[in-house]
Formats: sequence, C-alpha cells, structure tokens
Amino acid sequence: MKKKVLTVDDSRTIRNMLLVTLNNAGFETIQAEDGIEGLEVLEGCNPDVIVTDINMPRLDGFGFIEGVRRNEKYRAIPILVLTTESDAEKKNRARQAGATGWIVKPFDPAKLIAAIERVTA
Amino acid sequence: MDMNEIKEIFFQECEEQLAELESGLLKLNDGDRDPETVNAVFRAVHSIKGGAGAFGLDDLVSFAHVFETTLDCVRSNKLEPTQDVLKVMLKSADVLADLVGASRDGGSVEEGRTRTLVKELEALANGEAPSGAEAAKPAPKAAAPKAETPKPTDDSGFQPIPFTFDDFGGDEEQAADQTTFEITFKPRRELYAKGNEAALLLRDLSRLGEMSIACDADTVPALDAMDPEAAYFSWKIALKTDKSEADIRAVFEFAEWDCDLDVKLAEDGRGDDELPMIPVPFDLSAFDDAEEVAPATIDDASAAVAAAETASAVAKTVAARAEKKEAAAAPAAQAAAPAAANAAAGQTIRVDLDRVDRLINLVGELVINQAMLSQSVIENDNNGVSSINMGLEELQQLTREIQDSVMAIRAQPVKPVFQRMSRIVREVADMVGKQIRLITEGENTEVDKTVIDKIAEPLTHMIRNAVDHGIESPEKREAAGKDPEGTIKLSAKHRSGRILIELQDDGGGINRERVKQKAIDNDLISPDANLSDEEIDNLIFAPGFSTADQISDISGRGVGMDVVKRSIQALGGRISISSRPGQGSVFTMSLPLTLAVLDGMVVTVAGQTLVVPLTAIVETLQPEASAIHSFGANQRLISIRNSFCPLVDVGRILNFRATQANPVEGVALLVESEGGGQRALMVDAIQGQRQVVIKSLEANYTHVPGIAAATILGDGRVALILDVDAVVAASRGQSLRPEMSLAATG
Amino acid sequence: MSMSYAVKNLAQGSRELIAFRIGEQEFSVNIMSVREIRGWTQATPMPHAPSYILGVINLRGAVLPIVDMAARLGMKQAEPTARHVIIVAQVKTKIVGLLVEAVSDILTITDENIQPVPEISSDIEKQYARGILAIDKRMICMIELDALFPDKESEAA
Repeated sequence: MKKKVLTVDDSRTIRNMLLVTLNNAGFETIQAEDGIEGLEVLEGCNPDVIVTDINMPRLDGFGFIEGVRRNEKYRAIPILVLTTESDAEKKNRARQAGATGWIVKPFDPAKLIAAIERVTA
Repeated sequence: MDMNEIKEIFFQECEEQLAELESGLLKLNDGDRDPETVNAVFRAVHSIKGGAGAFGLDDLVSFAHVFETTLDCVRSNKLEPTQDVLKVMLKSADVLADLVGASRDGGSVEEGRTRTLVKELEALANGEAPSGAEAAKPAPKAAAPKAETPKPTDDSGFQPIPFTFDDFGGDEEQAADQTTFEITFKPRRELYAKGNEAALLLRDLSRLGEMSIACDADTVPALDAMDPEAAYFSWKIALKTDKSEADIRAVFEFAEWDCDLDVKLAEDGRGDDELPMIPVPFDLSAFDDAEEVAPATIDDASAAVAAAETASAVAKTVAARAEKKEAAAAPAAQAAAPAAANAAAGQTIRVDLDRVDRLINLVGELVINQAMLSQSVIENDNNGVSSINMGLEELQQLTREIQDSVMAIRAQPVKPVFQRMSRIVREVADMVGKQIRLITEGENTEVDKTVIDKIAEPLTHMIRNAVDHGIESPEKREAAGKDPEGTIKLSAKHRSGRILIELQDDGGGINRERVKQKAIDNDLISPDANLSDEEIDNLIFAPGFSTADQISDISGRGVGMDVVKRSIQALGGRISISSRPGQGSVFTMSLPLTLAVLDGMVVTVAGQTLVVPLTAIVETLQPEASAIHSFGANQRLISIRNSFCPLVDVGRILNFRATQANPVEGVALLVESEGGGQRALMVDAIQGQRQVVIKSLEANYTHVPGIAAATILGDGRVALILDVDAVVAASRGQSLRPEMSLAATG
Repeated sequence: MSMSYAVKNLAQGSRELIAFRIGEQEFSVNIMSVREIRGWTQATPMPHAPSYILGVINLRGAVLPIVDMAARLGMKQAEPTARHVIIVAQVKTKIVGLLVEAVSDILTITDENIQPVPEISSDIEKQYARGILAIDKRMICMIELDALFPDKESEAA
C-alpha cells in the first residue's frame, strides 16, 4: 500500500516540487491550495500524513492544523509544517495548533522524505 | 515533470505574485488598510522567496527576505504604511521584479540599487523614517520593538534544520567511538495529540545503534479508569552508538516539548534498576506491516502484560487505521468528497498557449470549410432540399458558437499591462522629478491575449510621453494653480465590439503653436495651411514628427508617435488625440477584441471581392443622381440629410480601375474614420455580411497600403479586408504609397 | 530527416535542383527551398503590386503571394493557364508561389557541373543568376531565390 500524503500549499512551485519529490519516493500525493481546500480534501482522501504551508490565503496553516485536530476522525494524523519561517514564534504557534513536526524550506527531498518517514509507521 | 519545468512554473508564478504585490501596495497607497491586503502583499514576497530558495537563487532570496521582514512589520502593525514607506516598498517591488527577471534571463541587477533599498528596508524595519523623508522628523523609535531582522538561525531551542539523517544507514564505517547513552523518555498526552508516536520515535532511535529498551508501565491505571488518550508509559533506553547526544535529541525534536527527555552517558554502560522495568527487545519488524502489530519477543509471563501494553502505546495508530477501514467501507462518499472539493477549488486550469492557438487555427479552418461547404451545397442544390439547408444552418450556428467560445479562451483582462504602466510612471516621474499619480480603470476588461501583448509597447511609449511631456513640473503646475501632483488616468472599456483604451493626463495639453511650427519646419504642412485644432493635434502622429525639443532620455528614443500609431494600426486599431490647452490631453485607442475574426461586409469593387469591417460602417446608401455634386476638379460630394460628404471611389483608390465609377450604379458605405470625419466609400455592390477569419498578408507578403489583412471566403479564394482609415486618409491627399518588400530594388 | 539527407549530399559535394521552363529557357532552384508543386488557381489581385505579383492565393489557410517568374526574370508577362504550375518555395522567412510554365527536371549536380555566368550578362541576370549548368546539351540557369526577392525590411532595419 502506498502511503498517502496530503500537501497544502498556495505556491504552485512548491506544490509541484512536493508532487515530484513525493511521487518519486513512492507516495501517493493529494494536493490542496489553501487551508479551506485542505480541510475539504481531507474528508475524502484520508491521508497517512499531511504536509502544510503556514502562509496561505483564506485559511492559513495554523487554522488548518487546528481544523484537522478538531476533527474526531483525522486528529491523529501526523502533520508536518513546511515553512521558511525560522523564528521560534511561528514554530511554537504551529506546535500549539497541533503540528507534529516541521520542514524548513527550501527543503531537500531526502529530508522531506525522512521527516515523513519519521512520523509515519 | 522535471526541475526545469517546475522552474518555469516558478517564474510564471513569480509574475503573478509580482502583480499581486504591486496591486496590493498600490491599494495600500490609496489608503486601503484591510489586513488581508497586507497579508496578500506579504504572501506574494514570501512565496517568491520560498520558490527562489528551492532553486538556489540566492540574490532573490536575500532581497525577498529583507523585503518580507519589513512587510512583516507592517503586517504586525509595527510599521505604519505611510506614503513614504510605500514609496520604498514600491521601489523594492520593482527591484524584486528585476531580480526575478535577472534570475530567469541570466542578467543581473545593478548592485547599488539593491543595496540602497536593502538599507532603506532595514531602516524601516528598525523603525527609522524612510530616507525619502529626511526633512521629516525622525519616526518614534518606540514604534519598533523588532529591532533587528530575524536571522536564518534562531535563538530558541530549535534548529532550522531538524534532521541529521545524513549518515543514516551508512554508519558502519565510523564505528570507532561507540558510547552508551542512557535515555529516559516519558511522553505526555500532548505528544500523541500532535500526531507524534512514541513507538515511531523509538524506532528511529533504534536506528542510531544497538538499543535495549525497558518500559515503565507503573502508572498504567486499571482498565476501567484508563483514558484512551492519556500517556501512561515511559521508557528507559540504553543505546550503544557512535552518534552524539545532539543526534539523539534530534530524533526527539518534534516531540521535545511534549515529553520528558533525559539523555546522558551511561556510567558503566548499564542503567540503574530502581524502577520495576521489563526489558523489551525492540523489534522493528513490528512496523514492517502496518496492518498487523507483531508482538515483541516475550520471555517471561509477567512481561506479557507489559508487552501487550507497549503495543497498546501504538493502539491509537491501530484505532486510526480502524477508522480508515470504516472510511473505506463507504467508497461512494469517499469518491464524491474529493470530486466536490475539486469542483470548488478548480475553477481554472492552465493550458499551454500553443494548444489554444492550435485550436483557434483549426476552428478558423472549420469556419472556412463550413462556408465552402454551404456555398457548394447552395450552388448544387437545384430543388432546395430543406433538410440539408436546415442542417447547414445549424452547422453554421454551431461553428460560430464554437468559434466564439474558443476565442473567449484567449480573452484576458488588461490588468497585467496596466500594472506594468504604474511602474513606468513611477520610474519616469522619479527620473524627471515630477509627482504623478496613475489611476487605472476597467482593469478587468478582457481582450485577446495577442492584443494585450502587443499593446504594451505603444502604451509604454505613450505613458513615458505623458509623464515626460504631458504633465508639467510641480512648480509649473503650482504656478498655474493646479495640484502639484499630476494625474494620469488609464482606462479600458468595451464599446461596440471593440476595446477602447483611454490615456488621459491633466497636463498642459498640446502646444499647438509649437506643433504647427515643427510641422512647417519638417515640411509636413505648408506654412499657410489652415488647420483645425484637431488636425494640428493629430500632426503629432505624422511620420518624422517629434515634439520634444531636446531628445530626452525618457521618450526621445528615436521613436515618435508615428511609430505608436503604426503599431496600433497594425493591430487593426485606431488612435486619436484630443487636447485642451492647460487642461491636458486624451489619447483614445480603439482596438479589435480579437485579431482572429472580424465582422465584415462583403462587397464587390471592380470585379474583386473585398471585405469592409462592419465596425467602420455607419450606414449604407443607394446614391441618387440628384444627391451627387461635383466639387473642384475631380472631387464629388454626396448630400446626406443636408450635409455634404466626400465620395471616395474604393476601386480608384486601390487602383483597381483607371477611371472613377458612376456613383449612381454603385452603393455608398458611409464610414467614420479615426480623426477624419465621415466619408462615403463607393463600391459596386454589397454581397452580404459575414464573420471572416483574419489572415495575415504580412506573413508571406508585405503590408499593403489600404488593405488591413486578408481572409478566405467560402469559395476558397482570398479576399482582401479594406483598411478604411488608410483609404480615407488617401482620399484626403495622403497617397497610398506602396512599400513592397517583395518589390524589385534594382 | 530531410536535414540529414541534405547534409549527406553536401558532404558528397552534390546537390539537387528543380528545373523549370519559362518560354524557351530553363532555370533551376535548390530543391531544399521547394515545399510543393501545385496547379494554377485564380489569384486575388493585390492593389499597388508590382507587375510580377499576380496576386495571392489560399494555400491551406495561409495567404500566399504568386510571383510571375517570367515577369520577374524580365521576360514577357505570363498569361496563366491551367497548364501552368506553381512552385511553392521558401524564400527567407516567407512562403511564395512561383508561377512557371512547367517543371522539367530534378537534377543532381556537383560543383563541376556549374559554369560561371558569362560576363556579357545584363545587370538583372547578374543579380539572380548563380551559375550555368550544361546538362544534355541543355543550358540551365541556376537561380538564387533570396536574391530575387531582397528583403527590404531587413535593409531598413
């Protein structure tokens, strides 16, 4: 069974990079463009892990993570935050919202995969 | 998809983000204080930075970072986006755009410009007043608690790069310094709540070396008192490894805040045995098949309970899986949900332009083919089989609808071009020391992409002209009792099947005396010519006319308004100017919405079939002998409702016949031309109206004066599309000079 | 494919020409510039065109000018009939149709077959003639199409 990854990012560039990296690593990838779409897509796709950006229109990463964690069915899904933010404040907020871990952009494909492996069985 | 394609996508996305950035900044400049506007601006720069990082575009990343930091100050209300601040930001947006361009095309951006702006941006982030306002009092320092830009590394417990898996799996070679660490790991319930999994962390830990593990199950309550989400276990781990303590802590990085973690060097390679611990050899195979948690090896009875409970530490994972199965049991719902989500989000698709163009060409061929088919059916249809005719009519209708729909794919709002103009206004105004505000209207007016692409250059030239020559210096404006800040208004709207673009400035208007003198000096008009104001104004479009007394850096690049006019005409467009001394000028451009089709009237002239654009025709008349009046040597006028309108014999103008045709035997098309009033074009007969596909003559031949383009009619033959403005101009005495590139020169 | 074919031929010093007839004379152009050969169809006359431009025709959706080669080469203007043919050729970036009386031959020649244009030639012939071929007692004038249609736009630029 392929592991399923839901990626949420408003940047087409990053979405494509994630797609290529994840598909090459043998993951099934589902993509959403912002938090709102992420929550919508989540309902149907039931991913093994979520990778999300923080800065997004409509619903940002914090709101998205909170939304996932509030969902009885999906709150146990590991969520990795993709961020260029290096300051602790943002990371703390992501953690408080319920993020499992984070990946600093620009990400190295190997590191992305390693982070996903780390939080998924 | 490979990296180059993604890079291409990145640059496309940059263009969009830059447009978003600029329009957001301009909104802020207009006093918009919607937090979402600031967020959008921030996100634009942030996104560019993110993508640039992925491609190692360091110059772009570092500038975007500084820019982003300053924008973040605005976002968190630490910096007030005053006009001065926004001025710096708009300039930064320009530099950012240049850096993107340089990254894409391999050029470079003048380092001084970037450096200056970085300083200004940093100063803003540090709460200093923008240098543009040095006269103003220094901004209150208190407004800037964020005294320095965040550095890529931070001062918290987190490192920006959380993984040190570099030596993962390949650690045999450096088995030199093996040490044993004693690790105590006690997760809190938050750890599980955030989707972390103790078992996975232990698995990762086990990969660092030789590990033995003991589980402390002391705090596990009786089953009925158990909270399924609480964390009851803790582990004591002995790890023999060549890795450092930091490497070990890195494994727990995501969990660090949600557990008690103690890592220390074992005193003698063995941990103390105070706690009633049950050693559980850690079995990685438990993770090999996710659906089945294999029990750990158990060697005594009491261990069985604990082992089972160790496994129950992953119970939540299993529970989550059970839910997954549940979800899978409702496949219909599962399939429907993403579809609905996609429908909501996927309102647009991106299509390669070549594909659209191919489709447009094919539809163009289809239209011609359909017309040819109809014509031959009609010609061969001796007893009028109505079902065939009805079918043909439907086919024609459908073909037309397909064509319209396909054309609509290429329609784009003029917004990107308009946005580019605001930068040009800024730059040129800066250069010539003027204060100018650009107002845009109707940015969402749509027109064919080709028109948009081709309008940018003439528009740029006109904007430069307006800034450089149109708007006066602030001193002059003040002296004239005007606002020292000039205004340029750029607007677009649809009007009768065309797009109308207006460029209006509130400057000094055309200096008619000077224009006239210049025209006389350049032999464009005779000194005693009696010209109306409108005619004088339109002299600026005459070839070889340049109004600038000294060729300035900005608009005097050897191109005049004649070049602008020519490029507009090449698009099938018209341009005119109206000006009021002291109050400014308005340039009006009218362009076709598409360059691919045109509604035309098919007429016969001297045995040839011609197409006259319907947009030019005001009305058609059957001249009566009594309405025709001779005027001068060979001019004739036609009286229409008590006014006299010059008659133009199209056949004569195009040299299709040697002598003028008798107007009474033909049909007059009353046309309105750009800046030229009305003319009655004489043709022999009207064949009908039809939409025609425009074909370039220039592609294989050359521009022909008086002819706008060609088309292919139902019989498969080429028909020429008349350039009404050129014909009218020719009738006023400007000759239609052939400029043949296929003409012999020797 | 045609590219590598051309390269191969060039390597052997030979090239292929299409020969055509106007009146009593024979001319040839490089086969590489010829796209197709088709029959005469009525052309739409162009206003203000030089006398050798017969007009434009529709070639699968493209508008193609038709050049009366007789007139262009300084001979009597052609009166096109159904027997005339149009050589569709690429001249620089443009596609033009060359009206000739008939296509007579496809020749494979080497440089040895080419004789220089005699000094007596008039200016107009000097412009386009690139050599003279003597094949089977026939005289065939080699024409340089690019020289026949100088690109005025590039001169102005």
